[in-house]
Amino acid sequence: MSVLVLVEHEGGAIKDASLSTITAAQKLGEVHALIAGSGAEAKQAADAAAKISGVTKVLLADDAAYANMLAENVAPLIAGMMSGYDALLCNATSVGKNVAPRVAAMLDVMQVSDVLSVESADTFTRPIYAGNAVATVKSSDAKKVLTVRGTAFAKAAASGGNASVETVGGGGDAGLSSYVGAETSKSERPELTSAKVVVSGGRALGSSEDFHRVIDPLADKLGAAVGASRAAVDAGYAPNDYQVGQTGKIVAPEVYVAVGISGAIQHLAGMKDSKVIVAINKDEDAPIFQVADLGLVGDLFQIVPELTQKL
Amino acid sequence: MKILVPVKRVIDYNVKPRVKMDGTGVDLTNVKMSMNPFDEIAVEEAIRLKEKGAASEIVVVSVGPQKAQDTLRTALAMGADRAILIMTEQEVEPLAVAKLLKAVVDEEQPGIVLLGKQAIDDDCNQTGQMLAALTGRPQGTFASKIEVKGDNVEVTREVDGGLETVSLKLPAIVTTDLRLNEPRYASLPNIMKAKTKPMATKTPADYGVDIASRLTTLKVEEPAKRQAGVKLGSVDELVGKLKDLGVVA
Repeated sequence: MSVLVLVEHEGGAIKDASLSTITAAQKLGEVHALIAGSGAEAKQAADAAAKISGVTKVLLADDAAYANMLAENVAPLIAGMMSGYDALLCNATSVGKNVAPRVAAMLDVMQVSDVLSVESADTFTRPIYAGNAVATVKSSDAKKVLTVRGTAFAKAAASGGNASVETVGGGGDAGLSSYVGAETSKSERPELTSAKVVVSGGRALGSSEDFHRVIDPLADKLGAAVGASRAAVDAGYAPNDYQVGQTGKIVAPEVYVAVGISGAIQHLAGMKDSKVIVAINKDEDAPIFQVADLGLVGDLFQIVPELTQKL
Repeated sequence: MKILVPVKRVIDYNVKPRVKMDGTGVDLTNVKMSMNPFDEIAVEEAIRLKEKGAASEIVVVSVGPQKAQDTLRTALAMGADRAILIMTEQEVEPLAVAKLLKAVVDEEQPGIVLLGKQAIDDDCNQTGQMLAALTGRPQGTFASKIEVKGDNVEVTREVDGGLETVSLKLPAIVTTDLRLNEPRYASLPNIMKAKTKPMATKTPADYGVDIASRLTTLKVEEPAKRQAGVKLGSVDELVGKLKDLGVVA
């Protein structure tokens, strides 16, 4: 079976989520990596992809139309390549979730979203109902289109491979959409979905000022990424890209510290596979304590600064 | 400009789903059902676009069982103008839903189709993107802001790195994220009024779409349960535990 993986990259470097997707792809067959992008950065990413262990060929599509991964331009490129492949795997990230279904429909394939495990060439497990159930599904489509949950697969080694790089062309700009701009949060902290430690704040923080005043120093002390509950993001205490949960980011760090988060099922869906969960909450009946390994009941405004200071 | 809003009847947001003992699915008997929350946001946004004068008519459509009528009535009570129910008791996958919606789009020619980004039951996050592919229209997924500007619609999207804005040529497909708006509650007079708004009932066969499933669910299980751990008495204890875990030196 030959598998095409849409590999995400930024600044010439491969995204961690794609390394996990490559591991999932290796369970299905021979893995080719597609780098879609523009200019020197795409070239650099293709060279990096060629070194990933398990990748046997890299396909580089270099066109200004692919620079911002607009689905209208990238989906036809991929669909055009799929005659040579049995499966397409993308990350279950905002890029993969945007592009993969567009390709799937072009191929008349029913996509399997958010794959947790590869049981066989046509059978996969995936979470449904905010992760309250896990379904095992078998696809009858001749080709498979999957998005892969990064936290469910180990990362492929970024070195050790020696794949060839080939250039591929697509239709370029479909003329349907254009990229206007982005507001991205720049941070010195590790990326939320791949951090070893995550400190998340909830509505109990009460304001944006207090969120940062209380959460940031603890995160800095632990070398952690910062996350937030939906309630905290909706209230404007933290930006949208901090959100952990069913519709936000899925994280599974070594340690997840939930501060002032009650633990709605939608939030638990995003973090319950963390190795150790620490909960700090003033309500001892909060549902977060039902999944926490270590709980501390009390006022977060006293506990967290004290914890930060004593660590 | 006409706006088409597909809506889905799903388990209520506040209900904890229970997996059936026989492993065939999630138990939905006597469970409260509601409009998918993301679809509610889509209905609200359509109404706001109409209130701003950017839209002239709002058509809501649902693919589902007879009871999906209730979901459509809710959308009509919020402010949609008319409804189409494509009735089937079968479970319909996103690809087939997208094909049905394509047929509706061909008939209705909406300027914008506004959908929820995902349904909270199957969590697929596919229908809008698939509809965009089938209709050859651009897609603005995970929208937190929508602005119609002449022949284009500008969509601000919630992406992993923050926010991103794209400009799409109309007609376009847009899927909603959580922070696009806060849906209104229908007032009692509007609920009464909704009862007389038109609702057409169709079947998948009327559109000539094959809705046979491509995926077979072999089993549905509860995920491994986490054991509740210990409650600690002091910050010092927590510091000790974190040190034992090697999180801090």
